[in-house]
Amino acid sequence: MSETNSENNIKSDNNFKSGSNLEKVLKAGHFAFTGECGPPKGANVAHLVEKFQHLKGNVDAVNMTDNQTAVVRMSSLAASHLMIDHGLEPNFQMVCRDRNRLAITSDILGAYALGIRNMLCLSGDHQSFGNHPEAKNVHDIDSMQLINLVTTMRDKEEFLNGEKIDVAPKLFVGAACNPFADPFEYRVYRLANKIAAGADFIQTQCIYNMDKFRTFMKQVVDMGLHEKCYILAGVTPMKSARMASFMGKNVPGMDVPESLINRLKGAEKGKQAEEGIKFALEQIEEFKEMKGVAGVHLMAIEWEHMVPEIAERAKVLPRPVV
Amino acid sequence: MIVADRKSLEEILSMVKDYKNILILGCKGCVTVCNVGGVKEVEILASALRIARQKEENEITIETKVIERQCDNEYVAQIKDSVGSYEAVVSMACGVGPQFLSEAYKEQKFYPAVNTTFFGGAVSHGIWEERCAGCGTCIIHDFDGLCPVARCAKSLLHGPCGGSSKGKCEITKETICIWDSIVSKKMEQGRLNDLLKVRPVKDWRTARDGGPRRSIREELTK
Repeated sequence: MSETNSENNIKSDNNFKSGSNLEKVLKAGHFAFTGECGPPKGANVAHLVEKFQHLKGNVDAVNMTDNQTAVVRMSSLAASHLMIDHGLEPNFQMVCRDRNRLAITSDILGAYALGIRNMLCLSGDHQSFGNHPEAKNVHDIDSMQLINLVTTMRDKEEFLNGEKIDVAPKLFVGAACNPFADPFEYRVYRLANKIAAGADFIQTQCIYNMDKFRTFMKQVVDMGLHEKCYILAGVTPMKSARMASFMGKNVPGMDVPESLINRLKGAEKGKQAEEGIKFALEQIEEFKEMKGVAGVHLMAIEWEHMVPEIAERAKVLPRPVV
Repeated sequence: MIVADRKSLEEILSMVKDYKNILILGCKGCVTVCNVGGVKEVEILASALRIARQKEENEITIETKVIERQCDNEYVAQIKDSVGSYEAVVSMACGVGPQFLSEAYKEQKFYPAVNTTFFGGAVSHGIWEERCAGCGTCIIHDFDGLCPVARCAKSLLHGPCGGSSKGKCEITKETICIWDSIVSKKMEQGRLNDLLKVRPVKDWRTARDGGPRRSIREELTK
């Protein structure tokens, strides 16, 4: 495998890498707004379709999570396909925890064949967090190598072993970035590495510590990384002070400042969720102006029905048609 | 060395429940060093089994012996005259021991008294930690002697992941994030560029994924 293939990307005929809506929105210079959707813990298609209705028309693409937090759910590939059937654009998430390079490659081909045009490359939460902690994990390749694998499939039209692909998958490839994990000083370099591996866009971990994120983005801009890749800032509105406190204490790599917890606690009775949304809206306003930020990734976890209101109040509607 | 933990008394009792005359065979190799299958541990297990069986009013005769190494046929041969006189043999060696015994003495039944855990060493008295995954292609020279294959919970070759917090891994607060250590050392020494590349995917054929492994040294086979 080449060390990096970002310099010799072969553009598709229309000059887009995949021609996905998300890619077009970003390339046209619009402030992107993406959403997130967790597949059901079962084959409950009706429940999934109900979630789609809250997202449709309010976001440019929707991340379909892949056994997130290592809790088993309907496959992200199948759920992404269902999403296309209902007129939304998926951002198909794939983790390295559950698949070796054979399964990864065949799922990428299958995803493209089913009309999927965006993919997010992740390592995956460790299985000890999930509901099958006894499981064997795979980690044949890691997320950095997954980015390289899928962009090599797209740009060189080759498998990992160098064999030619008969109709290569043309995907717009994303990766995650957590500016709040340690060591902080290394995070911008890790981001640079993901971009060198071929990432077209980045979605960050949920941001709560704005001071730290501003520092991080300054490093990103100083290194010129924002010119090589679209960076979407991760936003998850807090539903309560309890949720904020829990996330800060129990979710590794999550930085929730005391000031935010106190702000939520200080809200009137029954108004903590509204205060959480207000904070998220303030963040989105700042991200719109922040140098290097190309959009927002809204992760309204099990709160999809609030997306229309948040999108409306964030003044990101209507979504651009490109 | 190979590190192991002794199985619970209940499990060992269950393995030997049908026997009244057994041998407990220890090993002076790794399991002696990690205090799980040497002279002392063999005698402790023998006593514990005898007492437990006395309580059940189902006494058992146990003999004990410790050989130099159970992973070496030369030493395994030392029990050939006596091995047939027991109903079963409980090995306190790592997982290699009962297999060498089983292959050497096809008529006898062998049971493991320990769970073999990892390749590692003692970091302080009574605490052992994993250091090597035996993947067959060592790359730790790229990481200043620290191994992400064995020591990162996800075996990442490009870390640390988003779960790294204050030098610890997301899986437990006791587990260090080896990638934090690797990155911190590189940064301190001004050699961060070593890490800023996409590494080729790993060839797992030399690891267990390629099937059971053999190591042949021609000069010694003649």
